Amino acid sequence: MSLHLQNIDHIVNGVPHISGIDLALEPGSFNVLLGRTLAGKTTLMRLMAGLEPPTRGKIIIDGKDVTNVSVRKRNVSMVYQQFINYPSLTVYDNIASPLKLAKHPKSAIDKRVGEIAEMLHIEHLLNRYPQELSGGQQQRTAMGRALIKDADLILFDEPLVNLDYKLREELRDELRDLFQARNCIAVYATTEPNEALALGGNTAVLHEGKLLQYGPTEQVYREPNGRFSAEMFSEPPINIVPGRLTDTEITFDQSLHFPCDDKLKRLEPGDYDFGVRASHLTLQPQRADDLALDVHVDVAEISGSETFLHVHHERFPLVLHLSGIHQFSVNEPLKVYFPTHQLYAFDKQGHTVHIPARQGGAAHG
Amino acid sequence: MAEITLKGLAHSYEKTPKGAADYAIRQMDHVWHQGGAYALLGPSGCGKSTLLNIISGLLEPSEGDVLFDGQRVNELPPEERNIAQVFQFPVIYDTMTVFDNLAFPLRNMNTPEYRVKPKVLEVADILELTSLLDRKAKNLTADEKQKVSMGRGLVRDDVTAILFDEPLTVIDPQLKWKLRRKLKEIHERFNITMIYVTHDQLEASTFADKIAVMYEGQVVQFGTPRELFERPAHTFVGYFIGSPGMNFMAVEYRDDQVMFGTQPLPVSEQMKHAVANASSANAIANDISYNNIKLGIRPEFIAIASNPTADSVPIQVTSVQDLGTYSLLTFKLNEQTFKARLPEGHPPVGEAAFAHFDAAHVALYIDEYLVEAGHE
Repeated sequence: MSLHLQNIDHIVNGVPHISGIDLALEPGSFNVLLGRTLAGKTTLMRLMAGLEPPTRGKIIIDGKDVTNVSVRKRNVSMVYQQFINYPSLTVYDNIASPLKLAKHPKSAIDKRVGEIAEMLHIEHLLNRYPQELSGGQQQRTAMGRALIKDADLILFDEPLVNLDYKLREELRDELRDLFQARNCIAVYATTEPNEALALGGNTAVLHEGKLLQYGPTEQVYREPNGRFSAEMFSEPPINIVPGRLTDTEITFDQSLHFPCDDKLKRLEPGDYDFGVRASHLTLQPQRADDLALDVHVDVAEISGSETFLHVHHERFPLVLHLSGIHQFSVNEPLKVYFPTHQLYAFDKQGHTVHIPARQGGAAHG
Repeated sequence: MAEITLKGLAHSYEKTPKGAADYAIRQMDHVWHQGGAYALLGPSGCGKSTLLNIISGLLEPSEGDVLFDGQRVNELPPEERNIAQVFQFPVIYDTMTVFDNLAFPLRNMNTPEYRVKPKVLEVADILELTSLLDRKAKNLTADEKQKVSMGRGLVRDDVTAILFDEPLTVIDPQLKWKLRRKLKEIHERFNITMIYVTHDQLEASTFADKIAVMYEGQVVQFGTPRELFERPAHTFVGYFIGSPGMNFMAVEYRDDQVMFGTQPLPVSEQMKHAVANASSANAIANDISYNNIKLGIRPEFIAIASNPTADSVPIQVTSVQDLGTYSLLTFKLNEQTFKARLPEGHPPVGEAAFAHFDAAHVALYIDEYLVEAGHE
């Protein structure tokens, strides 16, 4: 099936929750809704499911207007943040419940439950009750129930947020593989840019109830259409430094001058916000045109195998994303190198006006 | 100020524990030195909360001793241990002002008012709460409330240690790094022993100089964040630290080679000897019925190329995910799935490729513990 949201507005008690969203989801597509808390992700999913009708606009499924068709008459599954299972039913019966309700023959149910449980690695737990399971196993059970019926639309509302990061890694991988083999539309809400990248598919960036950008995940990441989209879709967030562009150079903070990259010279001279990815800043110079900056360390956030180094220059803060473990003291002075050839430029309305060339080739098997 | 020693410590919730499985904490010795910034890291159910409760005095250990500066404190109730605790959810008096919240522990000990004020002002200044001192606590944001919780531990001069139990859970993701910075600053300034309990590697490695990784009731490694990454002392640490974690291969020594199934592995001479020794040692100690020898390598230390070299192995690439700052490559070797991390801008890789394991980062594990690590 295809799903088309046409100019959707949703207003609750006079407060707009969704404003002017137009979004067409292709059959068999995996779609991530990326946005911070209160960006409108859950509201949008409720509208897609038919749990409530939008204030304005239409919802079209396979060319038919279903705007006012209730959730019961749509073939939809949902998985929530909380692990929702029937406490008095075994894992088997939890997963089987949608098929039992639809009065499928027992042999067919047996077969399907077996397949789904195997896919989710819970086949050895079928006789247990939810309260005897770990959080990850409970969420797998809830997913099993959502996956067993051939829903046209499956909605995941931050399903992994209450699990520890190791389980999240594993389940994310499984989900990707799972949906490659299915023909329904999947929609997956998350606040984490790295989760969107790990899931792949398409990403819709939401901010304050508006759709900022929609497209293939990698493309949205590399070619954000505006400053907000770039900021929402990066963790640590892309560094933004305001500056002035003349015919030959860029000036940061009225005092830092550097010659600008040839490709930036085609822009009109004026004030811009320049963006540089945290992973493109370095502790050693990489090229002759790198700009050396004197900074002080705020904190080094270390995540097992990588370091997010927060520093501040006299007038602006920066974040570096370094591979490996690097420890620094608070307020330690440091030199960092700013790649002047890898700048994004946003105009003062927040639109992207320049995207740096990609380094090297794409690594694709 | 205190050094906290755990001596022969073990704890079981069973009255008559029968085997290791009945212990939430298996027998351990451990020292938290005065002034250290420590983390206790592990998945849920590893025993870290039990250990925290034993240190704070909420729980009396069933075996062994807890010593503060050499004094046994097993039976001392929490309020007599001079330990401050910061929990997941801020514990503050909503109807009181920030000032009164911070002053509470001092007034509770009958500290004269002329000494309360300067101390509260000092702590408020460090925590950047000065402008909020007259506000009612209930009107604060979550991060401000959590700072007040911390401040209540810091105003007391008699506090021997501060225990943190997942203190950033309720903090907005965009604000977390600021509180992390604040915590480090406080540690550097106050020289108090701090123990931070969490299941999150980022929380632990950012805060602590040394991390105790707990697994099944035991501390399996006590080391710096760099040591946990570069030289995991136990396979669990290799798996749990890093995203994704370490790759492991069950190997044996056969025909003068280190074999991973049918695949001979090119390893350093030193590693080859170590595996050979482990294999023969296992053969002699025949009463050990298993043969648990593994090599571990982190995804960061596997290089992928389209053409073979003298010390690479042929692999089958199953997927490449572009994760923005790097790509994650999944491949099969000897029917097993591996992960390798490719830097941004890595040349494209086809389905048939070759993997090279950096000898300096291949580690040997016997019965899950590190026996031999590579050398730089």
